[in-house]
Amino acid sequence: MTDTFLLAEVIQKPERLAQLSLSDWNLLIRQARYSGLLGKLYQLTRRFDICSNILDKVEPHLLSTQIIVNKQRDGLRCELVKLPQAFAEVSVPIVLLKGAAYYALELPFSESRMLSDIDLLVPKQALDRVEKVLAKHGWQPQPKDDYDEHYYREWMHEIPPLVHRKRRSVLDVHHTILPPTAKYHPDPKKLMAAARELASGVRVLCPADMVIHSATHLFHEGELEHGLRDLVDIHELLQYFAENEPDFWERLVPRAIELDLLLPLYYGLHYAEAILHTPIPEVTLQQVEAGAPNRFMRSIMDWLFLRALRPAHPSGDLFGTGLARWALYVRSHYLRMPLRLLMPHLVRKAWKKRFKDEKETPNALPEGK
Amino acid sequence: MPAVTPLDATYIKSSLAHDGLFLPVGPVVYQIRSNLSIVAEGLAKLYADYPRPTTQEFSDHLIAINRQGLLRNLFGSRVNFSYDHKHPFDGMTLGQAYAFLEWGMNWCISVHHNEYLKIHAAVLAKDGKALVMPGAPGAGKSTLSAALMLRGWRLLSDEHALIKLDEPKVVPLCRPVSLKNESIEIIQSFDSNAVFGPASLDTHKGRVAHLKADLHPESHDMNAMQVTRIIFPRFASNAKTSLAPKTRAESFMRAAEQSFNYSTLGKQGFVSMQGLISACECSEFIYSDLDSAVALFEQLDMGTA
Repeated sequence: MTDTFLLAEVIQKPERLAQLSLSDWNLLIRQARYSGLLGKLYQLTRRFDICSNILDKVEPHLLSTQIIVNKQRDGLRCELVKLPQAFAEVSVPIVLLKGAAYYALELPFSESRMLSDIDLLVPKQALDRVEKVLAKHGWQPQPKDDYDEHYYREWMHEIPPLVHRKRRSVLDVHHTILPPTAKYHPDPKKLMAAARELASGVRVLCPADMVIHSATHLFHEGELEHGLRDLVDIHELLQYFAENEPDFWERLVPRAIELDLLLPLYYGLHYAEAILHTPIPEVTLQQVEAGAPNRFMRSIMDWLFLRALRPAHPSGDLFGTGLARWALYVRSHYLRMPLRLLMPHLVRKAWKKRFKDEKETPNALPEGK
Repeated sequence: MPAVTPLDATYIKSSLAHDGLFLPVGPVVYQIRSNLSIVAEGLAKLYADYPRPTTQEFSDHLIAINRQGLLRNLFGSRVNFSYDHKHPFDGMTLGQAYAFLEWGMNWCISVHHNEYLKIHAAVLAKDGKALVMPGAPGAGKSTLSAALMLRGWRLLSDEHALIKLDEPKVVPLCRPVSLKNESIEIIQSFDSNAVFGPASLDTHKGRVAHLKADLHPESHDMNAMQVTRIIFPRFASNAKTSLAPKTRAESFMRAAEQSFNYSTLGKQGFVSMQGLISACECSEFIYSDLDSAVALFEQLDMGTA
């Protein structure tokens, strides 16, 4: 295995926080910032006694991030009132995915987790009605050109992201969890059938599906800058359900087989265990081995993922990290679409990036402007 | 006040070339790296009296300003600003390098530090009490702050009022005052002893230069200070210099408009702003020339803490 890095060590053994020196913290905060995990550090500092001359310097950074997370959670709380109102008009159930689901379930780790878009799963046949009712309630597609529109609708599994015209929140409405062009075809009807309804009326995936979805998303994902954060989600979900969900481990692997997603689950468990030392029963690890690729493929994937899942910070880099991220970026696109579509798409994306809009100027203006 | 060893030009220059210059500004420590001589000169001129850091194990903001790679230099030297190895902005020309650094240092405060209520404002103090001057564009707050500082007021900040969330106190963040175009000449004639850093030409704001602003003996005191006044300045040529009361409601709205993170703070933002406005005398200030402005401020009653 490759060398570990400070942030991983702290996640594996949070009690180490109390022993870190100021210069350790200097590095840790940087790794966490680039991985989107400052909020997690904030949560951990609540649990352990850290001496005040260190905490005085360190806490402002963590608190500042938690304040942003609190604001995002306030926003989500509002959306989770508005969205059911809209969906009720067309009698379509809402299934929340990822961050919004963790929030709705009140999973402890979600209290400090940064949120972005709200991901929803709806039945494919309801997609039109859903788009219409969302438009009626102020959700508009972000301006895109025809090519992007085609990319989203025909090739991927999403209608383009919708932005609320006043509240500026972003919705990603999915009708399946992998694109129709991908190799595996998990049946979304199965996911929706097993979904659980919460008191508020929204639904979330069942525990096994939540983990499997998280792993599938991560191991098909191209932009791995937040790969470590997604792996931490898997780590947290596994530990939470292990403790709170009866028969969780017994159901996990069989369900992945049923959904034709054993390989992503294999990767999820394998890398969570390798990098974060997530406690996983030996039996489960043996069962999921059945989904592992051959030895040769496995060592390539290890080489790629053990690099790409490090914090997106130079201190976390091993030789070849940049190459690994690029290779996985290409792979993620290959997994989503056949080669004949992939090549022109990647060329176009690279071309657009070259001539993209100017970055922000240093004069960050006050909010009122 | 206990004696502190100041930075000096030699120390500044040698630090920049190695692990970086650890520069304490109020409660914030910058770690600055640069291989550009203009940056070394500017820092040496403007920050020589700043205290040395108490530790080099931790910095809040690791920033660098360096020449960009060879390829991008084909059409003239370009420099770029990095925040911990990432480049939030496109590059600028070498002639703008010093202004770029100071803007970058401002940006660090603007986008982080939500543990304070941050208002885009100058902060000055007299008799141990602070006044906050929110800065709408064109209000001339920088020129006014520069003049007041040169006449003995302590400058706590030129750009960011960092207000504590739980009490109406402001945290000092004293850095050079950024002046543009004619303001540079106005201040030079206002006080011939004014010390300026390197001028940056052709920036998107025109000519920019920075004025050394830590003349007051307590400039580097780190304690938070009670805010007793909020003054909204407005420059109007030919107007009679005057100070008039402003309603709390309007002052609240104007200050919130000028805040970087009022809405990010949610309910806490409202509560903190309410605490600040309630604790202060709020006024609108109109002026047409610096001398009468400074004279009026001399007469200001800073109130009881």
